[in-house]
Order: sequence, then C-alpha cells, then structure tokens
Amino acid sequence: MLIRTETPIPSSEITDERLYWNRREWLRQAGLLAGAALTGLLTPGCRAEGQQVRHKANPGPYDTDEPWTSYEDITTYNNFYEFGTGKRDPARNAHRLRTRPWTIRVEGLCHRPATYELEDFVKPYTLEERVYRLRCVEGWSMVIPWLGFPLAEVIRRAEPMASAKFVEFTTLYDPEQMPGQKAPILDWPYVEGLRLDEALHPLTILAVGLYGKMLPNQNGAPIRLVVPWKYGFKSIKSIVRIRFVEKQPITTWMKAAPHEYGFYSNVNPNVDHPRWSQKTERRIGEFRKRKTLMFNGYADQVAHLYEGMDLRKYF
Amino acid sequence: MRRLTPWLNGLVWLGVAAPLLYLTWGLWMDRLGANPIQEITHQTGRWTLRFLLATLAITPLRRLTGWNGWIRWRRRLGLAAFFYASIHLLLYLWLDQFFDWGEIGRDILERRFITVGLLAYGLMVPLAVTSTAGWIRRLGGRTWRRLHRLVYAIAVLGVLHYWWAVKFDWRPPLAYGLILLVLFLLRLRRPASSRPVVTLPPQPLSKIRSEA
Repeated sequence: MLIRTETPIPSSEITDERLYWNRREWLRQAGLLAGAALTGLLTPGCRAEGQQVRHKANPGPYDTDEPWTSYEDITTYNNFYEFGTGKRDPARNAHRLRTRPWTIRVEGLCHRPATYELEDFVKPYTLEERVYRLRCVEGWSMVIPWLGFPLAEVIRRAEPMASAKFVEFTTLYDPEQMPGQKAPILDWPYVEGLRLDEALHPLTILAVGLYGKMLPNQNGAPIRLVVPWKYGFKSIKSIVRIRFVEKQPITTWMKAAPHEYGFYSNVNPNVDHPRWSQKTERRIGEFRKRKTLMFNGYADQVAHLYEGMDLRKYF
Repeated sequence: MRRLTPWLNGLVWLGVAAPLLYLTWGLWMDRLGANPIQEITHQTGRWTLRFLLATLAITPLRRLTGWNGWIRWRRRLGLAAFFYASIHLLLYLWLDQFFDWGEIGRDILERRFITVGLLAYGLMVPLAVTSTAGWIRRLGGRTWRRLHRLVYAIAVLGVLHYWWAVKFDWRPPLAYGLILLVLFLLRLRRPASSRPVVTLPPQPLSKIRSEA
C-alpha cells in the first residue's frame, strides 16, 4: 500500500526541470520537439499536395553559400520588442505566446479576402529552405536558413485589385501574451508594409521555420515575413493580418522615429543611420566587421525595383 | 561606523572590481550572448555612469549620515568610472571603428552622442591624472576642488550620451538622469538646522592606505 503512494512524475514536470536547469539544452530539445511538430503539422499537406521540405544538398538560386549563423545565436539574439527591448528578452519571454490556434486575416483591396486557420493558410504551398543574409539596422548581421514559401503565392491567391499598391502587415496585439506591449515605447500593434512589387518579388517569403525546424516564438512564430534586402525590422513577425491598400502604410518605426526609419529601409551602405554609419556590419560570430553590400548583396535581383528613385530621399 | 569601515572598504573594492570580473568571466565562458563586443560596450558604458553617480553620492551621503568617512572611497569610485569609460572608448575605437580615424572624425562631427561622449571622456582625463596626492599638493586644495567640479559636467554629458545613443527605449537613460537630478537637488538644499558640514580636503593616498 505504501508503495502505491508514489505517483508517477508527470512528463510536464520533467520538461520544466530541464528548462530550469539548462536552458540551452532545453532550447535544443524544444527545437527537436518543434521539428517533430512541424513535420506533424505539415505532413498531411505534404502528402496531399506533393509538398516537401527541401534541404541544402543543392543550393537554390537565391541561397547564399556563406556559413550559417548558429541556431543558438539566431534564437537568443533577437529584436522583438513585444517581448522586451533587450536582445535576450525575446528568448526569455516569448514562451508566453500561444501560436495555436492562430488565424490570419487577408483583407483590403482584393477579390478573395478570407480568414484562415494557420494550417489552412500554409497548406497549399511548398516549403523551401532559403539561406538568406539578414542585416539589422543596428549594424549586425546573420545568415539564416529559413523555411518558407513566396509571399507572391499568397498574393496571387488573394487576387488583389488594380487599385492595390501596397501590402500592410500587422503583428498580434495581446499584452498578456506579449508583455512588451504593456510598455508605451512603440505604437502597438507592430505594423509593416511593402510596395506590391516588392511583396511579389521572388526573394520575399513568409517563413514558418528555420534550421529545418518550426519557427521559435522569439523569431516570429508562427509565421513571419522575410525580405532579405531590407533591414531586419521590415520583416514583421507573428503576422495576424495582411491587407492590400492603395496608400503607403505608415509603419510602426516610421511613426516612432520618421527621421531614422523610412518606409523602404533598403540595406544601403551609402545612406547612414543618423546615429551610425551603415558602411560596415558585424556578422554575428565574427570578430572583424565586414563591408555592408548594397541591398544586402541582393542588388542583382532587386536594384531594378528602385530605378530612378533617390534612395537618400526614399531611405 | 569605525568598526564597519574595513567591511565597507572591502565592499567598495568588490563593487569596483565586480563588473570587470563578471565581464571577463562572461567572455571566457561565452555567457555574454551572440554579440559579446556590443554587450561589453554597453555594460562598461552603464558602469561608467553608475560609478560617476556613486562618486556624486558621496557628498549627500556625508550630509545625510553626518559621517565623513565616505570620502575615503570617492577617489576609487571616480577612478573606477574612468577605468570603465576607458574600456568603453577603446572598444569603440578598436572593435567598432578599427582605428579608422576618418570615420571616427566623421562620427564626432555628425553624431552628437559621439561628440558628447568623447567630450565627457576628455574631461575625465585631467581628473584622473590629478587624482594623486602629489597633484593635490601641487595644485593646492582650492584649485584642485574647483577643477574636480568638472565631474558635474561629465555626469550630465554622460547621461546625455546615453540618452542620445539609445534607439528608442528611453527608460534606462531616464532613470540615470533622474538619479543625477536627485543628487544635484540634494546638493542645493542646505538645511540650516543641521550642523555645518566640514568639507575635508581630499585625503592623501598614504593616509587612505594606512587606514585600509
């Protein structure tokens, strides 16, 4: 009888303890679990739609062959003010975000507005791995293997009207899940935008994972934008709304500091940020700084989008 | 208070050395995050301000506690501020700009937070140099004290440097600014009821040593 009083330890408690004692180990484990969940989430779609996750045996036309930044660094060094303004705050606080269920509203000037459950939203598309450079406006950079699909496909599905000139994105607003939103430092929720041709560019993707795993919350789970030739903050995280509009959206950072952050925010070594030069950057994990490349090294693909524009004025 | 002094003395030494020890340990153990250079730059900047504020807290502490013994740590706190500011500046010159003087010059001219930060450091140099007993003797107490009033300007410039450097979260620089304001206000108020405070001349190094 006495022996029976020993109740089995619930698995949740084991996880908690691991989390408590060794966060790095936990992150790795969580990554593996998330990877499994991602496979689970997407497998039905894969089978039904012939979807598959491509790995880097043969690099695609958009991939950089530079060495990837470590998973550890990508997931612990984040700007995601919804979870705090420190670089390590998001990794600490983002566990509060519930990414399931998650709905995404596609609306505005389009013929097929709709509200999707995340799974339904992602299902029609083939996930690809895209190894992109990411350049933060603060002067650091990473190389990240994203897992995602072109935004253009979402746009085509929505059938934008001829009057639609821009796409506006909005992050979740829920201060309970995103404690950083309790501080009045930015005008929440976070809003970003692209010109329609930028949004349709094949480099522009919606990402749901990185390193072959499900996207960690601090990196913008469950779904985020990635626009590799623009400064990192343009790549809005944890998207709940995609809206087609006629006028250029007023984005969160433009509202906060219009002289520092423009709508385009293309990576441009020739246009300084008011408080620092953009000529160089520190690749995370490297000691010496490197020269910043025009359009973050994607000039061949995107320079034509800005032909005839004064990039000092439209910074 | 007298019996507490050795303990407080040890505590001050520890406080002055702790950030350096922590940063060294963190660098060694890879605990400073993905961008350790930036982390050390930011932390040494904040510690400079903290030690500056601690230096400025000595006089109000003497007034509030009626104990003049605090003064024996002021030099050490001031030099700690200078030490952390030196690392802060060196990291900027070396690992941020790689001694590209043209770029540094442009920074100084075009970016007010760099201008102000460098100015603050420039003003700290004479204070650090004249912190020795020999220099106090050479200058005389009155001149020395007048020179070292520069610390007020340095602290204001330091907070301004931080304020203008942050991207958008103005709350931390605001906190430092408010503490500085309080320290200034405490100086303005000279209650007639309390006994007059004897302003001691700065202590020669030998005397501090013998007490420690």
